[in-house]
Amino acid sequence: MLNMSVYIALVAFALAMIGIVYRAIKGPSTADRVVALDSLGISLIAVTALFSILLRSSVFLEVILLLGILAFIGTVAFSKYIEKGAIVDRDRHK
Amino acid sequence: MSLLHLAILLPFIAAVIVPFLFKGFRSIHTGWFVLLVPLALFIYFIQYMPVTSSGQTVSKTFEWIPSLGINFTAYVDGLGLLFALLITGIGSLVVLYSIYYLAKEKEALHNFYVYLLMFMGAMLGVVLSDNLIVLYMFWEFTSISSFLLIGYWYDKERSRYGAQKSMLITVFGGLSMLGGIVLLYIMGGTFSIRELIGMSGELMADPLFLFAMILILLGAFTKSAQFPFHVWLPDAMEAPTPVSAYLHSATMVKAGIYLVARMSPVFAESGVWLWLVAGFGIFTLFWGSFNAVKQTDLKGILAFSTVSQLGLIMSLLGLGAAALHFDTLDENMYMTATIAAVFHLINHATFKGSLFMMAGIVDHETGTRDIRKLGGLVNLMPITFTIAIIGSFSMAGLPPFNGFLSKEMFLTGMISVFELDLFNLNTWGILFPVLAWIASVFTFIYSIMLVFKTFLGKPQFDKLPKKPHEAPIGMLISPLVLVTLVVVFGFFPNLLSNTMIKPAVEAILPSLPAAGQEVYVDIYFWHGFTPELFMTLGIILTGTLMYATLAKWQGVYNRIPERFTINGFYDRGLDGSESGSFKLNEFFMTGYMRSYLIYIFAFFVAILLSTLTVSDAFVIDTSNLAEIRIYEVVLAIVLIAGAITILFAKSRLTSIVLLGVVGYSVALFFVFFRAPDLALTQLVIETVSVALFLLCFYHLPEISRKEERMKFKMGNAVISILVGLTVTLIGIASFSNSQSFESISQYHIDNVYELAAGGNMVNVILVDFRGFDTLFEICVLGIAALGIYAMVNFRGVRREKR
Repeated sequence: MLNMSVYIALVAFALAMIGIVYRAIKGPSTADRVVALDSLGISLIAVTALFSILLRSSVFLEVILLLGILAFIGTVAFSKYIEKGAIVDRDRHK
Repeated sequence: MSLLHLAILLPFIAAVIVPFLFKGFRSIHTGWFVLLVPLALFIYFIQYMPVTSSGQTVSKTFEWIPSLGINFTAYVDGLGLLFALLITGIGSLVVLYSIYYLAKEKEALHNFYVYLLMFMGAMLGVVLSDNLIVLYMFWEFTSISSFLLIGYWYDKERSRYGAQKSMLITVFGGLSMLGGIVLLYIMGGTFSIRELIGMSGELMADPLFLFAMILILLGAFTKSAQFPFHVWLPDAMEAPTPVSAYLHSATMVKAGIYLVARMSPVFAESGVWLWLVAGFGIFTLFWGSFNAVKQTDLKGILAFSTVSQLGLIMSLLGLGAAALHFDTLDENMYMTATIAAVFHLINHATFKGSLFMMAGIVDHETGTRDIRKLGGLVNLMPITFTIAIIGSFSMAGLPPFNGFLSKEMFLTGMISVFELDLFNLNTWGILFPVLAWIASVFTFIYSIMLVFKTFLGKPQFDKLPKKPHEAPIGMLISPLVLVTLVVVFGFFPNLLSNTMIKPAVEAILPSLPAAGQEVYVDIYFWHGFTPELFMTLGIILTGTLMYATLAKWQGVYNRIPERFTINGFYDRGLDGSESGSFKLNEFFMTGYMRSYLIYIFAFFVAILLSTLTVSDAFVIDTSNLAEIRIYEVVLAIVLIAGAITILFAKSRLTSIVLLGVVGYSVALFFVFFRAPDLALTQLVIETVSVALFLLCFYHLPEISRKEERMKFKMGNAVISILVGLTVTLIGIASFSNSQSFESISQYHIDNVYELAAGGNMVNVILVDFRGFDTLFEICVLGIAALGIYAMVNFRGVRREKR
């Protein structure tokens, strides 16, 4: 029963990811794509978690944490880039 | 190492000392010290004469590389000794001549004598080596030292041209010869000439025999300036005259003759050998003498004359091979050809050496060698005139000089071709006496020209750069000694027959004298009305007539356009190969990375696909395939969609984002296939590299930031599809084959805790089982970091320093 629902959830996330990738490909603006990438990261977290249940394994929990951090950092970096044109500020000494 | 070896190496040892003598004793001409070397060697080699004339030989071995069968075996027999005496004897005379010819104040004498001694030692090594590899080594030494000597006045453009040309041609021949030597070794299993001669019968049956023969002959023909490789010799005349006299008339150009004579017992049973050697020889004889008449430079005439006379000796050696097809020595008239070859070899060295020295004297005392400017020198230079007339008349084959005797014997040999019913000689053989006769007429004409145009005729001293006068006595000694020999050998030819010629002939045709028989050399019967005597009379008559009417028919030479001469062919060949390679290089080395990648991928596909097809390696084995799960399919679709869309993305930013999608999908695959460590690393690295891509994108210059799709190129598409297909096919095939051996991973699974005290197997492999790789991966990262730091920080340093 648990397996079944995990499978259903996985399929749902897979569909979601296809939708997200479609947006990443299509997305008229860069911001659309960045948001798609962020969502993809979150979906990956979900998929990894579901998969851990499926595999009866706890070794992927670190992956989940890491994905969470990276998705955040990546999105912030992209946003900063879109906004200022640079990721690392050079003018902090001024 | 015996005394004989030391004698061969003595010139090399002396060459080391020469520069010190030159610097230490500036007041004495260095040549006087050098003169001692060939003189000592000549006296030393004379002592072998009784040994060889009694039919014995001397052989001394010094082990050099015994494991490869390469030993420095010095072997003295009649042929080797004859050449050794020529080399040392004429070497002494040439050194003596050069002392007066080269001024010690103006010339770089240390260079000259070092090269000359190097050459002398190399030449001795060539003629006294029994081992073919050692012979080849000395052979190349002669090429190099000859190159150095021709380019002695290296600030002259013509000298450099001549040196380069002779180097290219003789080294080409030398390398071919090495190929022939290697083939002989493959066939016979030894480098020793005597052992090869012993098995010549078996060698003839070998399929490689013909190739070995042709390659060896290429070496001999290039060195001995046979048609069409004779072109280097006239250009080698830019060398100082002592060099021309020594190398390009008496010794080096005879190295090819020596090789042919030495290898005769191995090859001469074959009809191809007879035709090649005799045929090329006779044509060279004709071509050289025909062209010599055209020359206006004294040394040019002598150069072509050398070419022609070498052809004569070569053709005689070729015809001499016919003697092997008769069992007995009685009535074996083809022996005459070989005897004539050896005899003429000696004669040519004497008269050609003296003529070159004569040309040098004329050049030295008048300032020119152009026969159009010379004339009427007979009263001013009577001794030189005497030398010239004896040398030239001997060369033309007039009695009572030695050239007459060998020319008669040559004609005897050529006429004997008629009676030979071997190898189609009775049909095409008619060419031999005809070409020989025509060539002799031209020989007569240029010999007469050489004397008459230089010393007789109208004096025109106003055209000469110097006021002419007789040469100093020291310069005249050497040519006088040589012309004395010309006369002595002319009157008493049998002085040579038993001491020099007989042992040499026995060495060239060792299988012939059956038990109890001896080669009988008697050069005496030039009395009697034989056909050759009438041929000689015809030569003199026709030659005189043609010389008298020279002005009328000389125009025939201008009818041959420069394009069709061998020289023109050589020059264009050299230019063509240069511009051809340049064009070829330009054609495929485009400078675009794109082209090179196309080559690499095209070859990758071609080689792998053809191997896959030829070795029939493509198999599909589905027995070990795992079950396909739905989420893998979905993820694969995501990954493929991302990868393909990168190709069609309009903006670069989209490509970067899509690359991120691909990377994250791969990370998810790692999760699916239970690789948590890989997934972790992949995620971090992917994020970092996407950030780096963005950094690169941000710094693109405005001008190239134009947003447009990648252009479609059919070739690229085909190649990329093929590469993908190849890798896929190989992947499938190798997976199908992968079950042949058991994996070694069970060991790791069993021992990860037992031996390494770890629970994480991937990490234990990385730092324990195979930690060595990790160490160097760390190094790679360290180098990359340092490299980036250096590139970013030290960008402007070099520019500032400038």
